[in-house]
Amino acid sequence: MAKAKLKEHRIQTDWCKGCGICVAFCPKSVLELNAQDKVSVVRPQDCICCRLCELRCPDLAIEVVAEPEVSE
Amino acid sequence: MPVKDYIRERFFPHMWCPGCGHGIVMNALIRAIEDLGLSKNEIVMVSGIGCSSRISGYLDFHTLHTLHGRALAFATGVKMGLPGLNIIVPMGDGDALAIGGNHFIHAARRNIEMTAIIMNNRIYGMTGGQYSPLSGYGTLATTAPYTNIDYDFDVVELSIAAGATFVARATTYHVQQMIDVLKKAILHEGFSVVEILSQCPTYFGRKNKMGSAVEMMAYYRDHTTPLGSKAKKENPDLIERGIFVQKERPEYCREYDKIIERAKTKGK
Repeated sequence: MAKAKLKEHRIQTDWCKGCGICVAFCPKSVLELNAQDKVSVVRPQDCICCRLCELRCPDLAIEVVAEPEVSE
Repeated sequence: MPVKDYIRERFFPHMWCPGCGHGIVMNALIRAIEDLGLSKNEIVMVSGIGCSSRISGYLDFHTLHTLHGRALAFATGVKMGLPGLNIIVPMGDGDALAIGGNHFIHAARRNIEMTAIIMNNRIYGMTGGQYSPLSGYGTLATTAPYTNIDYDFDVVELSIAAGATFVARATTYHVQQMIDVLKKAILHEGFSVVEILSQCPTYFGRKNKMGSAVEMMAYYRDHTTPLGSKAKKENPDLIERGIFVQKERPEYCREYDKIIERAKTKGK
């Protein structure tokens, strides 16, 4: 099976409260909090689409969208 | 179905504090219901009072926001009237086990089919950080400035003793396990209890110097272990998570149907 490839992170900025849970527990350090204390994607190329940020977000503010899977 | 189809978007962003574990429970519950493919129309969510109980306002099912501690009593009424519906009862630790302690043990004893979710943050958050029956000995709270001398309940042991036929524990850190446990609890034909350790960084965390929401979740990661693990034998202080009980016993509504049949045949 082909690995999931990131298309984009959809972030609902006005819902993000800057708790930093997604940033702290991302296994690949893809995310950071910006100057406004909102989540931002700084290393999208490292994302493995595990969706742990999306699942652990208390504010439903982040969604990982993967490219449609293409079988090899 | 996208997550936004399960929520009442007009109430977002929600009122929970930054990093509140209850938001993660809501997130996981949406995923569990999505995975099970349940229709929004067959779910009734009944809650009482407290931070945790606000979840019923945010989710787009049939919802009842009822009296403090009485969610299970209202839920019992709904289930008896319309046994085909799927009942989910999210409660806080105080709501479920202090104010609603009696409703809780009797719902478990009857084995009425519904899912009781106890979001255990060990404090009354909404009213300003008073200690709850799950705060535990030696903890600090607004109402226990010189430390709490009350011991806490073990929700799992209490539920088992009261007769619940599905009993599990998860944490907000172990979100995939939480989704899995919630799915099994919802499908279980009987009274299901899921205790979820959920951080309150604003009150319990701050009063007890446990740090931020991230640090509190890291605590769950480092101080819990899967049920029956080797680590538990080496360190008995670890909190076990997983499914503790899953057994069959006649369900209350089905037993009541039999009573109706009996009454009908006797009456003739």
